[in-house]
Amino acid sequence: MTVNTSRRGFLKGAAAAGAVLVVGVRPDGALAASSNPSMLTPFVQIDTNGSVTAIIKHFEMGQGPSTGLTTLIAEEMGLSMDQIGYDFAPSNPQVYNNTLFGPMQGTGGSTAMANSYLQYRQAGAAAREMLLQAAADTWSVDPSTLSIEDGVISGPANAAPLGQFVEAAAALDAPAEPRLKDPSEFRLIGNPGVRRLDSAAKGNGTAMFAMDIRRPNQMVAMIARPEQQRATAISVDASGAEGIKGFINAAILPNQAGVAVFAENTWAAMQARDALSIEWDTSNAETRSSDQIETDIRAALEAEPTFNVNGADVTAVQAAIDGADTVVEETFYFPLLAHAPMEPLNCTIEQTDDGGILLHDGCQIPTIPHGAIAQIFDLAFEKVQIKTVLAGGSFGRRATPSADYQVEAALAFSLTDRSRPVHLVWSREDDLRSGYYRPAFGHKVRVGLNGSGNIVGWEHRVAGQSIMKGTPFESFAVHDGVDHSSIEGTSDSPYQIPGAAFGLTDTEKATSTLWWRAVGHTHTAYVMEVMMDMAAKAAGIDPVEFRLAYLTGDEADQARKAGVLKLAAEKANWGNPAEGRSQGIAVHKSFGSYVAEVVEVSGNADDGIRIEKVTCAVDCGIAVNPDVIKAQMEGGIGYGIGHNMRDKITLTDGVVDQFNFPDYEPLRITDIGEIDVHIVPSAEAPTGVGEPGTPPAAPALANAIAAASDLRVAALPMEDNGVFFA
Amino acid sequence: MAISLKLNGKTNEVEAEPGTPLLWVIRDELNMTGTKFGCGVASCGACTVHLNGEPVRSCQTYIEDVEGAEITTIEAVGENPIGAAVQQAWVELDVVQCGYCQSGQVMSAVGLLSENPRPSAEEIDDYMYGNACRCATYQRIRAGIQRAAEILEA
Repeated sequence: MTVNTSRRGFLKGAAAAGAVLVVGVRPDGALAASSNPSMLTPFVQIDTNGSVTAIIKHFEMGQGPSTGLTTLIAEEMGLSMDQIGYDFAPSNPQVYNNTLFGPMQGTGGSTAMANSYLQYRQAGAAAREMLLQAAADTWSVDPSTLSIEDGVISGPANAAPLGQFVEAAAALDAPAEPRLKDPSEFRLIGNPGVRRLDSAAKGNGTAMFAMDIRRPNQMVAMIARPEQQRATAISVDASGAEGIKGFINAAILPNQAGVAVFAENTWAAMQARDALSIEWDTSNAETRSSDQIETDIRAALEAEPTFNVNGADVTAVQAAIDGADTVVEETFYFPLLAHAPMEPLNCTIEQTDDGGILLHDGCQIPTIPHGAIAQIFDLAFEKVQIKTVLAGGSFGRRATPSADYQVEAALAFSLTDRSRPVHLVWSREDDLRSGYYRPAFGHKVRVGLNGSGNIVGWEHRVAGQSIMKGTPFESFAVHDGVDHSSIEGTSDSPYQIPGAAFGLTDTEKATSTLWWRAVGHTHTAYVMEVMMDMAAKAAGIDPVEFRLAYLTGDEADQARKAGVLKLAAEKANWGNPAEGRSQGIAVHKSFGSYVAEVVEVSGNADDGIRIEKVTCAVDCGIAVNPDVIKAQMEGGIGYGIGHNMRDKITLTDGVVDQFNFPDYEPLRITDIGEIDVHIVPSAEAPTGVGEPGTPPAAPALANAIAAASDLRVAALPMEDNGVFFA
Repeated sequence: MAISLKLNGKTNEVEAEPGTPLLWVIRDELNMTGTKFGCGVASCGACTVHLNGEPVRSCQTYIEDVEGAEITTIEAVGENPIGAAVQQAWVELDVVQCGYCQSGQVMSAVGLLSENPRPSAEEIDDYMYGNACRCATYQRIRAGIQRAAEILEA
């Protein structure tokens, strides 16, 4: 997608003329340039008219990489932000891979900026040097006498727009190591005046999401799925749908996972789906209830953990706690949660003129559906194309290791004669009921304190449903049996806790499990930070001072975590809440970033808690787009707080109990007051911001509720504990 | 049934069965995709359009009930000064994240400012309650409405 439509026109014209400079990396990782975009998939494309387009390898779900990566190119090329557009990259795992994922193109783990920061700056810098060299050759001057600013190359005696040198630059070799700007030269990186590039289109309805793709002669497909996972369709009677105007037909998917309903439009597909009579084989279907999941997890917490995560001397730790002056103990439970991105899952699939397949999708990990589609249609990998368009949120949901919805679309399409594009559409009910959830987890923690209020032992058991086991990511994320995503944020916390033992037990799944914004940190941060709060209270020490005592090490890890904790406390006027208000604090490192949050509430649990203000401090290294970072903190806080206030997915005999937003209530504007975000100045490499705002939010709220009401919420969501939100 | 739909100042003849939500006529028959499908049960506000100037959820508004009414969608709301001010404020403050709910947010914000040119934060919250934003851009929505009010007063 190119946002600026006039620029789109330019691109087409330039492509026809054939004079285009593209700069990117070759499959061997070296920078390279070519005048033929079909030979090289680039990060930056420059036309002879001076039009510059950043090619964005990460998808945009609102977290801001289209603005961020474009900023990097513009910075190094000496362009202003209104002189550059962007387009999403095609699916190509050799060229557009996430360098932190290996040979896989995809977005996740808050890595978009972390893995692109040098790569995109280098591409921009290489383009700049080639253009300057071309101008120097033309003017017979030394390139060091030339500079580029706002798209104009100028030297002692000449000045001309960069577009004049595109053809000459395209004939040059890309520099192996282009000079990157020194941070003192930055004009765009770190500039809070740089605004999002997608605001106007998203505010006036012209932004094109996957749901908005309209291909000539397309059909809509919806899938009738079983109520219980793993039930299979045996037969379908579509006679009830025959009279529905626009209904085309219905057929069982080749894998029997559901029945595809084809119609001329979405409304007809919805009505026809409701009118089908389907016989399901439930002999292998899931029948467990969420009560059973919870019982299993709580039982696991009472037994010796399967895995000793940090190799601790558990007996010694238990002895230290047993001999402590004070023991603080709590057992926590976290339910299944749905992601519920605002745009229901959907994608459009069609056959190309050469017999290949083209998928239009807000595609989070293109390499997975790309391979799956090639396999389903028995096509060479390069015969499949994915056109990535805007995604209306994801929070992890569009990144299934099974490519679930894209595979559904492909299987449905395989039932047709492929003459008509198929738009697969999910409803909100499909989204909430179709089985991919933040897994359920439990924690049991015992903390021993000596007479001075110092921690002498911390025994911490985690039990729950692994995300990574049984997926293609297992070898990457599971070591010695331990799924790191189950315990991240505990044993690897920057806190230097003496006598700590972390244990993990896997429990069985009754649904598919999936990373949900901040993954394991969604429960580990809650437990670490509520326990810290409880221990501080038991020790009679201020919660900020108590935490700082375990962050005194010389490593940056401690200093940065202590830094955000102190900054958030200072900005929130910690310890001095306004009249009638109570404060809670939490701090957590996730995805390389450090975030502390103070939640200030009014009221109490019985009469009604109101979240008046959240103060946030974030250290994410170099802040490329400060306002985008602030927005991600604001959103991450809302996401963490909203679900933990009132949401859960439950099962009865394997059937999901929730249907739509009325029983999986989103955070509303009335739920949350002001959010005040502060960014720690840093010269460190940039780290993630999409997820790290979420983990501290719920524990900070829980600690504020405890301060207001002497009520500890240990089993989520909060409303199940008698907490009433005004 | 054939229906004459007055949408964004233009009359469209559409063919739709009674009981068809206005949302799907707009999106699938007229192929105007700025109005979004989010929940289908009037619980998220992504599908908000104006019916005779009042915000309604088009997923629960039936086609047979809107014949003759003036319908305005996000595609045209910027043609009136309040819509233009809201859209300008949205850009100034970078309200959006994923953006999928924002057509509905803008339509509701215009509805609010049409009846209350200077809403307080509490009045904004009350009015905008039904428009969910899963990215939680609420603080900026609140600020955006107040900024639009300023623009309109200037």
